[in-house]
Amino acid sequence: MSADEVRRSKADELSVVRQPLARRDQEEKIAGTTRYAGDMVSPAMLRAALVRSPVPCARVTRRDAAEALKVPGVVEILFGEDVPHNAVWVDVPGQMIEVAPLKANMEILATDQVRFQGEPVALVIAETEEALVEACELVEVDYQDALGVFDPDEALADGAPPVHPQGNLLAQWHIDSGDVDAAFDGADLVVEGTYQTQPVDHAYLEPEAGVGWLDDDGVLTLRVSTQVVAHYRDVARILGVPEARVRVIAPYVGGGFGGKEDMTVEPYIALAVWRTRRMVRMEWTRQESLQARAKRHPMRMRYRTAARSDGTIVGQDIDITADSGAYAYLSALVLLYSAVHACGPYRVDNVRLRARCAYTNNPPTSAFRGFGGMQVVLGYESQIDQVARQLGLSGAEVRKRNSLVKGDVLPVGQPIETEVLLGQTIDAVCEAAGQPPVPSGPRRAAGRAIASNMQSYGRLVWLNDSAAAWVGYEPDGSVRLRCGVQDVGGGQASSLAQITAELLAVPMDRIAVHFGDSALNPEAGTTTATRQLLMSGNAVHDATVQLRDRILAAVAAETGELPQSLRLQDDHVVGPSVRLPVTEALAVCRRRNVPTEGLSTFFGPKGITVTTQLRAARVFPDFTFGTHLCDLEVDLDTGQVFLLKYIAAHDVGRAINPLSVQGQITGAVAQGLGMALLEEVVLEDGSNLTAGLFQYLLPTATDIPDIEVIVLESGEGLGPFGARGIGEPPIGPPLAAVAGAIRDAVGVRPTVLPITPERVLACVQQAPVTLHGQ
Amino acid sequence: MSRPLTVTITVNGHRLTRSADGHLSLLRWLREVANVTDPKYGCGEGVCGACTVLMDGQEISSCIVLAAQADGCEVTTAAGLCESDGSLGPLQQAFHQHHAAQCGFCTPGMLMCAVAMLADGRAGSRAGIREALHANICRCTGYGPIVSAIESARDAAEVAEPGVAEPETAEP
Repeated sequence: MSADEVRRSKADELSVVRQPLARRDQEEKIAGTTRYAGDMVSPAMLRAALVRSPVPCARVTRRDAAEALKVPGVVEILFGEDVPHNAVWVDVPGQMIEVAPLKANMEILATDQVRFQGEPVALVIAETEEALVEACELVEVDYQDALGVFDPDEALADGAPPVHPQGNLLAQWHIDSGDVDAAFDGADLVVEGTYQTQPVDHAYLEPEAGVGWLDDDGVLTLRVSTQVVAHYRDVARILGVPEARVRVIAPYVGGGFGGKEDMTVEPYIALAVWRTRRMVRMEWTRQESLQARAKRHPMRMRYRTAARSDGTIVGQDIDITADSGAYAYLSALVLLYSAVHACGPYRVDNVRLRARCAYTNNPPTSAFRGFGGMQVVLGYESQIDQVARQLGLSGAEVRKRNSLVKGDVLPVGQPIETEVLLGQTIDAVCEAAGQPPVPSGPRRAAGRAIASNMQSYGRLVWLNDSAAAWVGYEPDGSVRLRCGVQDVGGGQASSLAQITAELLAVPMDRIAVHFGDSALNPEAGTTTATRQLLMSGNAVHDATVQLRDRILAAVAAETGELPQSLRLQDDHVVGPSVRLPVTEALAVCRRRNVPTEGLSTFFGPKGITVTTQLRAARVFPDFTFGTHLCDLEVDLDTGQVFLLKYIAAHDVGRAINPLSVQGQITGAVAQGLGMALLEEVVLEDGSNLTAGLFQYLLPTATDIPDIEVIVLESGEGLGPFGARGIGEPPIGPPLAAVAGAIRDAVGVRPTVLPITPERVLACVQQAPVTLHGQ
Repeated sequence: MSRPLTVTITVNGHRLTRSADGHLSLLRWLREVANVTDPKYGCGEGVCGACTVLMDGQEISSCIVLAAQADGCEVTTAAGLCESDGSLGPLQQAFHQHHAAQCGFCTPGMLMCAVAMLADGRAGSRAGIREALHANICRCTGYGPIVSAIESARDAAEVAEPGVAEPETAEP
């Protein structure tokens, strides 16, 4: 059997995987003993904080720390000139040189220009929090305001003030497949729509924090809240030290959602440790997190969709503009995700897509759960609904008619290589929902809608992704698992243990997972892009199989049994005439010079880098499909929306831990509902008006209904046991399900997020006269 | 700089006498002076609930209460709900069984909010529990498992002490 076949076991052969096991990390979190990055705190540590620009666009004409340095307890104040290499570089792939540089940079500490409100200008290091706060206020920076630009379309217009010297167009992507003009000419129906999403904050409960120190052998060590321990390499470049002399430890993270994919506190703690040679702690306030850390891209999406009278979609003509904010970060890739996902889980033969993202003087935008693949759900699902309504067909019917099936090819050129259960997810939510809602009173209207989506799991194939894991027995038969995975709360570490528990038949409580350490663990890569189960899951699977097979082979050689007749069961090696405790099998291994450990690296699917004109045999490893259903009621006088019922169905391939799968889905739905109805980073000429949780509206327990989760298991995914990734996929459909249900209730479709009561009322005003006040 | 003070606060049954500069919040005092780190900093303005503790039985946001105000008080944090051997107490077990924590950062505050609502009878229905949770934000779970955990802890307590929490169901 190939490794791929070995990994895809049948569901009924599994005894630990697929069990809804209460996670061990939960137990300590609930006991209150988990030590998060910010929980290492002592008076002996130095404190560090940033002085940030209060203005969004200015030349910096003077920086002076003399007064601040007089504050008792201040140790050092650093400006950009004090940073050995004052830049972080990011790849901007696939762009022609005249459009944008292939690499873009931003300063660690801005020197002569600031481009967004909250950009760091100085780093203050002090003995106490009090000295720190006082000194930050006394650092003198003179700003000479310059003309900024705050809208991506304006930024791309002739004569716009350039945010960067090379112009404001950061990246663009095109898709041209089939004959779009002929498809539209021959269509029975063309529907158009323009949709607008807003900037959104990750708002994880744990603000950015960490501690750093110089460890033995001069290794600069950072213990920080991050999704990416591999940023130790960026830190090494900034300091000009060998990568091997920097180590990043990620303890359990208090939520990431993409917001801890780029560096946050890392370079600053590292600089402070490097300069002072002491232990330094930094914790961003919620206000600076909301003000200055990268947001979700707001997108303006114009869709024209051509259909036949039977509901078949024959063409899509799509134009997307995204706001990248002041620096590149991951914008080019986020926009690429938008482009590839823009037609949704449907077969469309004729597609024209133009997508661009522009620099502005707004806060930067970057990774956020869904990563550009989720904003477009509002576009393509609203269009599908419109097609269905105008043709008098059901939304479910039109979706199923157009659903991708295994063997179809995406507009970008990538074939779908695994079974697609989209139709089953549609049937599942519709059957579970029962009768449509009825209004509870005379000035209420009720509505229902479904929304389907697809979302990739695993990183872009040309990034040559890999993950490694080590699994080893202790002599007492307990097991250690070493894997550099960052556990951001999704049960990443626990799921890996569950895979090993399955394969070695070892109880979960006899497995220790050592995770989140760039120095002591095999490199697992980032906890982003819904990739950890696919990548580290397969690596742990393969390392465990290697270990298991070594033990069985050693026992076979010792006893004369055939290796394939032996198996591990209840902490024993068991065969036709053998029942040997694992502890004795391990002793056999030691006598026979057989290692009692396994180490494996899993390499993701490969592909070549795309160019601006997107045409690729493969962009992503694979996709996860799902459908949501939303019932809601609208108060026609106030515009308030009451969510009545929410059902989410996804094919997760194989549910390694059904509780964790369910948690990922309900959490993503809640975050999607927050974006649909409440959340918005409000910017006024680059000034953030929502830099506090009083202003930035997060969904509370009274806003989110009980969410019913339906898990389908095709066993077709590329992860261990046929699992697909599920971290990001459920966040997109709520946008369109809510918008569609409001359309169903009041007769007019909201197209701008968030769908505030004011916007609902605007829909009611435009609606048929029966809805207006009496 | 404010005048240095000394406060005595009983935290999870341990009487601690420590310094507390006049401006120091109870949250920072707990975390940085008393080394009790289960209450979390999430917003610093009493909105997110991550720092929720009980002060003399009252549910408070410890980030907007001064340590000096807690002088002489009893403070209970989530860690104080554990049994003496460190194992989970009944409410905590309900959270564990219902998978009510993911990243876990909101969990200590959620637990203390739950203790308060169970004590004063606001946990009578799922809607009531949701209402009582409105000042505690969770970004991972979608709240459903937390509501279920509190519901089941309530039911278990009612079995242990029948009738105490549901007088309205008594037959005439």
